[in-house]
Amino acid sequence: MWDYTDKVKELYIHPKNVGKIENADAVAEVGSIVCGDALKLYLKIDANHVITEAKFETFGCGSAIASSSALTEMVVGKTVEEAEKITNQDIAKYLGGLPEEKMHCSVMGNEALEKAIKSWKGEDISHDEDVEGEIICQCFGVTDPLIRKVIRENNLKSIEDVTHYTKAGGACGACIHKIEDILNEELDQAAVAAKKPETRKPLTNIKRMQLVEETITDVIRPELQKDGGDIELVDMDGKKVFVALRGSCSNCVVSSVTLKNLVEAKLREFVEEDIEVIETR
Amino acid sequence: MEKVVYLDNNATTMVDPEVVDAMLPFLSKRYGNPSSMHSFGGDVGRDVSRAREQVARLLGAEHDYEIVFTGTGTESDNYAIMGTISFYRDRRHIITSRVEHPAILSLCKKLERDGYRITYVPVDREGNLDIQFLKSSVDDDTAIVSIMYANNETGVIFPVEEIGAFLKERGVPFHIDAVQAAGKIPIDVNKINCDLLSISGHKFHAPKGIGALYVRRGTRMRPMMYGGHQEKGRRPGTENVPGIIALGKAAELAMEHLKDDRNMQRLRDKLEKGLLAKFGNSHLNGNRDRRVPNTTNIGFEYIEGEAILLLMNEFGIAASSGSACSSGSLEPSHVLRAMGVPFTSAHGSIRFSLSRFSVEEEIDHVLSVMPEVVNRLLEISPYWDNEKKQGLPINL
Repeated sequence: MWDYTDKVKELYIHPKNVGKIENADAVAEVGSIVCGDALKLYLKIDANHVITEAKFETFGCGSAIASSSALTEMVVGKTVEEAEKITNQDIAKYLGGLPEEKMHCSVMGNEALEKAIKSWKGEDISHDEDVEGEIICQCFGVTDPLIRKVIRENNLKSIEDVTHYTKAGGACGACIHKIEDILNEELDQAAVAAKKPETRKPLTNIKRMQLVEETITDVIRPELQKDGGDIELVDMDGKKVFVALRGSCSNCVVSSVTLKNLVEAKLREFVEEDIEVIETR
Repeated sequence: MEKVVYLDNNATTMVDPEVVDAMLPFLSKRYGNPSSMHSFGGDVGRDVSRAREQVARLLGAEHDYEIVFTGTGTESDNYAIMGTISFYRDRRHIITSRVEHPAILSLCKKLERDGYRITYVPVDREGNLDIQFLKSSVDDDTAIVSIMYANNETGVIFPVEEIGAFLKERGVPFHIDAVQAAGKIPIDVNKINCDLLSISGHKFHAPKGIGALYVRRGTRMRPMMYGGHQEKGRRPGTENVPGIIALGKAAELAMEHLKDDRNMQRLRDKLEKGLLAKFGNSHLNGNRDRRVPNTTNIGFEYIEGEAILLLMNEFGIAASSGSACSSGSLEPSHVLRAMGVPFTSAHGSIRFSLSRFSVEEEIDHVLSVMPEVVNRLLEISPYWDNEKKQGLPINL
């Protein structure tokens, strides 16, 4: 018998927000009956981006029902932008914790929420590999980006953890080696990231410039080049970094996203937390 | 805790009060070692012998020394296979079925890694063994065939007599895992022509921690453990005397009830018919006519087994499920998968297993609360149309 918290028990016995919303503003379905759990999430979102109503239908075990119920309770009253920040950890926390083997239920809830918000924003959520990434676990249809995201957000350390959180590798086991590769990559990156606080002391201008150049050359440029893009460091003024995106990035519609999520994020990670990136052309 | 409606007797059973009475003296005053020279221990040895006879009688064994007491059903299974293959070292092939208990399957997986060739005989949609497949798999290299008597999840009985006759002719050792059959149906090792047969006490009202292996006289095998002369060196170590006495008593009581007790089957059938009639979206897993009389496995479509169990638990009902979630694995049980149970109900299969202590009121209670359990989960299910009261088409 699982060691479920009282909150989990309460919510699988008396789940809240069960059902459909007719004319929902966002609907998302994740999982499948073959995999053993599935969740359909319905959201009503008003003009101010506030989620006014959330309902769910779930096929799955007690913790899947409880996680779904928790999710709907958590998002109501939040704006889409606030709801986007909810992680699977938050869902598990709301439930007072879940058994390790059941963490995938919280991930399923988080996945449904993300998908619903994407569909509301009008982003493509079709089952396209280019959009969703490579499928690593064929049995449960778990993608590379999802595995990486869950590893990072939950600080996972072993293949077993990955299986508990995403179900990947839990059936035929054919993808275990792929999961291992992904896990090792993520752990290496985490190790690099963990090292940097030691070097983090007030930087002189010269030192800052050196670090910015290094980070762009070693971390950011290789990432961009994967997609046929490139970057040029144009100038620096204190903590303001002026860059120009080149190659396919220069006319990419999401270049501002790239700038924020990749360039600025990496510079903040490796150089200084308050670096500001400004695009010049 | 309130009184539980216990319908999970294939997992374990209540120790019969008569069994408790029989074993209690051996937990207190009569603590002698059966191997001792003095009569304080020697008398205990005589009681152990009597228990051995009782177990031999339950299995139809000709000689009481053909019974070896072990710790568990798993130990009996392991000893049967390991003991046999370590004698026939040049034979590297083992035949078993796809629906065996993990005690056999995990061992076979390990032996596969060690270089053994393992044939897993398939079952059909009703859980019946493909006996032609089994027969055609036997060759000169086959060291042992190990097949269960009755399946733990569906209760389906395998044609062990036919297999036994076939293997006897070819001189291939035959082991039967009878853990789910012992005490539920009459067993006769001489009619079956098996060489080895495993049983477990706690499945038929003895306590946990006692099992036995029937070893036909003349069967060639090696022990797995080395030590004293207990069990004629086949299973050394000072005997679990209270457990052995309990197993003997449980065997005796089982024989009495097997003679004329049809109540368990009547209640099982009432439960099964009642549930199948109440729920259009349910069906029976397993061959209706070739089953042990205490087990029914029912698949509920569009809802998930662990959720069903948890709600049943709220109504004080204990049963079990072949669903993935309830076991901690991520796939439905290997038995249901081997049978090809459709995905719409594989995750929603519930096993009810009765015992001779099951009573009518318990069955009535289950029948009266199951609609609430099932309907609550159907209402939540994304695969169920609540207005039309039917399943929705599922796109994969």
